[in-house]
Amino acid sequence: MVDGSVTEVKDALAQVGYLADEPAALVSFLAQRLGKPVLVEGPAGVGKTELAKALSRATGRELVRLQCYEGLDESKAMYEWNYRKQLLRIQAGGDQGGWDGVQDDIFSEEFLLTRPLMKAISSPEPVVLLIDEIDKTDQEFEAMLLELLSDFQITIPELGQISATTMPIVVLTSNDSRELTEALKRRCLYLWLDYPEIEREMEIVRLHAPELSETLTRRLVEVIRMVRGLDLKKPPSIAESIDWARTLLLMGAEDIDQETFNQSMSIIVKHRTDIDLVAERVGVKLGAPTQAG
Amino acid sequence: MAGSPYGPKADPGPPGLAPKLLAFCEELRSEGVAVGTSEILDAFAALEQIPWTAREDFREALATTIAKSQEDRRVFELLFERYFFRATEAEAISHQISEEETRHEGGERLDIDELREQIRKAILDGDDAAMRDLAQLAIAAFGRRAEGSGVVGVDVQRIRRTLGLSAGTQPPQQQGQDNAAEEPPPIDRDQLNRFERHLRRELERDLIERTETLPPSRPLAELDRTLPTNPTQDLAAVHRAVGQMKRRLATLGHEQRGRRAAQMVDVRRTMRASLETGGVPLRLRYRPKRPRRPEIYVLCDVSTSVTSASVFFLSVLHALHDSFRKLRSFVFIERISEVTEVFEHERDFAKVAQRISSEGGVADVSGYTDYGRVWLEFLTEISDDLDPRSTVIVLGDARTNGREPHAEVFAQVAERAGRLFWLNPEPKLYWNYGDSVMAAYERHCDGAFECWTTRHLENFVDVVAGGTPAAE
Repeated sequence: MVDGSVTEVKDALAQVGYLADEPAALVSFLAQRLGKPVLVEGPAGVGKTELAKALSRATGRELVRLQCYEGLDESKAMYEWNYRKQLLRIQAGGDQGGWDGVQDDIFSEEFLLTRPLMKAISSPEPVVLLIDEIDKTDQEFEAMLLELLSDFQITIPELGQISATTMPIVVLTSNDSRELTEALKRRCLYLWLDYPEIEREMEIVRLHAPELSETLTRRLVEVIRMVRGLDLKKPPSIAESIDWARTLLLMGAEDIDQETFNQSMSIIVKHRTDIDLVAERVGVKLGAPTQAG
Repeated sequence: MAGSPYGPKADPGPPGLAPKLLAFCEELRSEGVAVGTSEILDAFAALEQIPWTAREDFREALATTIAKSQEDRRVFELLFERYFFRATEAEAISHQISEEETRHEGGERLDIDELREQIRKAILDGDDAAMRDLAQLAIAAFGRRAEGSGVVGVDVQRIRRTLGLSAGTQPPQQQGQDNAAEEPPPIDRDQLNRFERHLRRELERDLIERTETLPPSRPLAELDRTLPTNPTQDLAAVHRAVGQMKRRLATLGHEQRGRRAAQMVDVRRTMRASLETGGVPLRLRYRPKRPRRPEIYVLCDVSTSVTSASVFFLSVLHALHDSFRKLRSFVFIERISEVTEVFEHERDFAKVAQRISSEGGVADVSGYTDYGRVWLEFLTEISDDLDPRSTVIVLGDARTNGREPHAEVFAQVAERAGRLFWLNPEPKLYWNYGDSVMAAYERHCDGAFECWTTRHLENFVDVVAGGTPAAE
């Protein structure tokens, strides 16, 4: 998968269970070729995080994940000095070399606690680094990432620069809840993932729930699209389509009629006001239970 | 188009792809997409990795390196289509190449039914190349029958109708019935649109070939730029602008949270920390800086003089309520009335509008706005809550119907509130004409803006969030 063409990347991703569309495959391909980070944006639940995981599986690389949240700082994301161990080292006696010796010693890699970013950089094997929901952090953190993203290196004042020995594939995801800085965007390839087209979503659902019949899958995806068309607080994601497909299997449903829909609706819609709206707009359209035909 | 996949050569400049791409980027810049040198370098690096003969890949590779947001992407797509289309045509004219002879050949042999079937198939397969060829054939067939009106948009629809193509809406249940075998599968709306685009393009090409000139290139129209949305498009656009405002205000808070700027020593915590060092305050502790929490008061004129604008304003209000929790809204005509609750309980815009008109109770007798009285009432009702952290936004035309404007009361409001903005639904030209007393109020505002399109709203957002105002 390291080399080859866009189609090969697409196939490799499909083999590990991720059906990428053309742009996603192309960007994954370019990310590996150019060694540039990828910024993936899109609504929640369209498979942004999953793309990174699939890349890691397809390339056989380890996935290093940094989940972002408000207030995340470098000691949690990059590295931290192991303060206790340093103290112990000092107390354990320092007859070798006096102050200089101790100072050199306690600020060495032995006393460094690596956090995800450092881990990704210093790993001897190439990895896939996933920085999830970057829009949840504040701008300072974004600025801190810039060095990592453009040069794949981290500067530690006491140690100097640590550069990546192997080129990680970096994937950043964002739910678009905040405008990211130009500086960050400039360093990344940009990929907008949206809800998939009807055919592709059917493929995805069938990949994860193969027992579901073709017609029912189509029906399911069509209903899901109808629901997404409404103005909801949280439209159903792909993961929820899959969950719903599995639920229908368990229920042994043969068709999605009003009754089945109302029973299982809570799988795809998870807000009280949304449920009312969906029941009113979509449930009615599905019609009463029909005899098989 | 069928010519070199490199795209056409530049007319006066050096040949090759690079100058074309640079010119393309230049055009993107002129439409407000921030294309930096590093983006261009990336684009070239990316293009080295993919075969330039694959049109889709070529476009995606450019897009992923150049267009870094969804809005940018939208502009990119539009310009990409237009730019390379025009470039090819310009080249064709300069070389006197015409597809005139070849294009009408096929049209003779095909009858309409067969053509219809083929087009339907191509649309269903999503085969762009076939669609293009068939679009040519269709045009040729219709051109022969001399049905062309000369207006591209009209012709597209006419051809589509004659071919009997329409987006299918048959529910899937019907497939089980007898005529299912006869009934062709329904056509997806998007795919039909794609075919229409091909038709349009071929018709334009026809026109260019006949006249041998390119139509002048225009900046993208406002409507084209915005993302396609459902019927409630205006509402969606307003929500988008307000969403942007929220995002800007949110990031603004972060910027101000910087550690160095104007810090206050927290004496208590400093003393506490000094215990570690035997009572010597070696380390200063600072008071944490609280981010500015936007506390917004919106006053919205709903009188008859702003009828057309008030729907827009109400939707602005509606969108604001979706975005800010600390928001209190008021509507006024002669009197003022708080409607915060209405917005909090109703999510549907139509219902909100209805409830406000039925329950607002803001018109007293005449139904004419009385700004002076509104300020007095607002001040007595709210004055205690106003503090330097609060922002007041007034949506109104400042037409007092000859009544006392009470600008001095307004000044008091302005003084108590941290910031006060005025959005006027009238073009600046009309301010202070007739009974408009905008000037009297404008003096006390931190900013007064004309606001009758979402574009203006975005402009306002920019200014409020500390950015530079976008060009009109």
